[in-house]
Amino acid sequence: MGAIFEREGKDKKMSEALQNLFWILIFPGFLFTVFVGLVASWIVRKVSALVQWRVGPPFYQPFVDVLKLTGKEVLVPEQAQHTVFMVAPLIGMAGALLLSTMLWRITIEPTKPFVGDVIVAIYLMVLPSLALILGSSASASPHAAIGTSREMKLVMSYELPLVLAFIVVIIKTGGQLDLATIAGHTPVLSVSGMLAFLAALLCIQAKLGFVPFDIAEAETEVASGVLMEYSGALLAIWKLTQAILLVALPLFLVMVFLGGFTKSLWAGVGKYVLVLVLLILIKNTNPRVRTDQAMKFFWVYCGLTLAFAITLAVIGNYCGIGWL
Amino acid sequence: MKKSPWVFHVNAGACNNCDIEIVDLLTPKFDVERFGIKLVGSPRHADALLITGVGTRQAAIRLREVYRQTAKPCVVFCIGACACGTGIFHRGYHVAGPVDKIIKEVDPNAIIAYVPGCPPKPEAMISGIVKALSVL
Repeated sequence: MGAIFEREGKDKKMSEALQNLFWILIFPGFLFTVFVGLVASWIVRKVSALVQWRVGPPFYQPFVDVLKLTGKEVLVPEQAQHTVFMVAPLIGMAGALLLSTMLWRITIEPTKPFVGDVIVAIYLMVLPSLALILGSSASASPHAAIGTSREMKLVMSYELPLVLAFIVVIIKTGGQLDLATIAGHTPVLSVSGMLAFLAALLCIQAKLGFVPFDIAEAETEVASGVLMEYSGALLAIWKLTQAILLVALPLFLVMVFLGGFTKSLWAGVGKYVLVLVLLILIKNTNPRVRTDQAMKFFWVYCGLTLAFAITLAVIGNYCGIGWL
Repeated sequence: MKKSPWVFHVNAGACNNCDIEIVDLLTPKFDVERFGIKLVGSPRHADALLITGVGTRQAAIRLREVYRQTAKPCVVFCIGACACGTGIFHRGYHVAGPVDKIIKEVDPNAIIAYVPGCPPKPEAMISGIVKALSVL
């Protein structure tokens, strides 16, 4: 009898492990997110083309790009720190993947007890940028060095307003850190929440490396900067990481500010597309900024706006005024 | 690779006329992004090198280096009369040869396509790229 129970327990453990693997690798994890991300990056390119009165690439273009890159030769610069150079894209992708799996899981099963709150998400969001800094500084290329220093300054400038924006949300929801609970609220319907949402949108723009904050990759100035020395399969991994982030970051904004997928699935998808289109429109209507302009923008303007928003949120909470 | 050729533009001593015509390819009128063609900033990302200019002695050294840095397999496009066969600079003191000769010093088996003209029309370049890719 005992042996049978033991075996059943083992089977259960096995099937649980298999299910977790399925979670990570196939359904909300790797394959699904990469698919959605590549479709989203096609939307970015197509809408940009339409804004510029062009036809734009066909639907399958990002998929073909990634497939082609995996078949190309991988060149490693002679003076590069080989191990770090090769491992950095994997670290970046692992971070992005973990973040997106966590977000999807909370979206699909909000009731399940799960150790993932805003703070974990904030840490995971920094990981791809850190990996990019590591990898490009290991490549021993002067262009990549300039790109690295720009990326570092950019990370330092947008992290502060991003965290402040989340603090506004946490105050509005009454000190909640759990993402599933936060997704039940819509802080954007108040003045402070709206301000925080706009600031966070711009931070996400910088995190995704979109114009006007693409100073680390600036093709016309530093020849792709941080990604300059990457080729073949390693470059494909970076492209996949960017595709995953293109899913995860707007999704995170939707969950934190816009009430997530709790009402209905289609409303959630609609909110995601809305955030994506906002990002694309900002991308297409602005020129690239300089590093000092970006720092000043995030620290002074976004910082002051968010300080104001936090004050409003605290007053609103204290006096019980919902719309503040 | 046929569906997504990323190109890197190298100026090997051109008069800038061909370069302007290459930039024309990205404008709404021609829009090569519908074929998946994209201008990239680094030879490591490139599948095709668009080389303009006659290949001067100074540029030849850099040209060989850029070809070595490109991730293989890659195609070389000689754009314009100068790149194809030195054009009006034939036997000039500063000329290191037509571009194909310089590339073949590095890799005798390099795939090279030619688009003549002074400068070639954007339509001619698109047709050249499509023809070259259909042969591969």
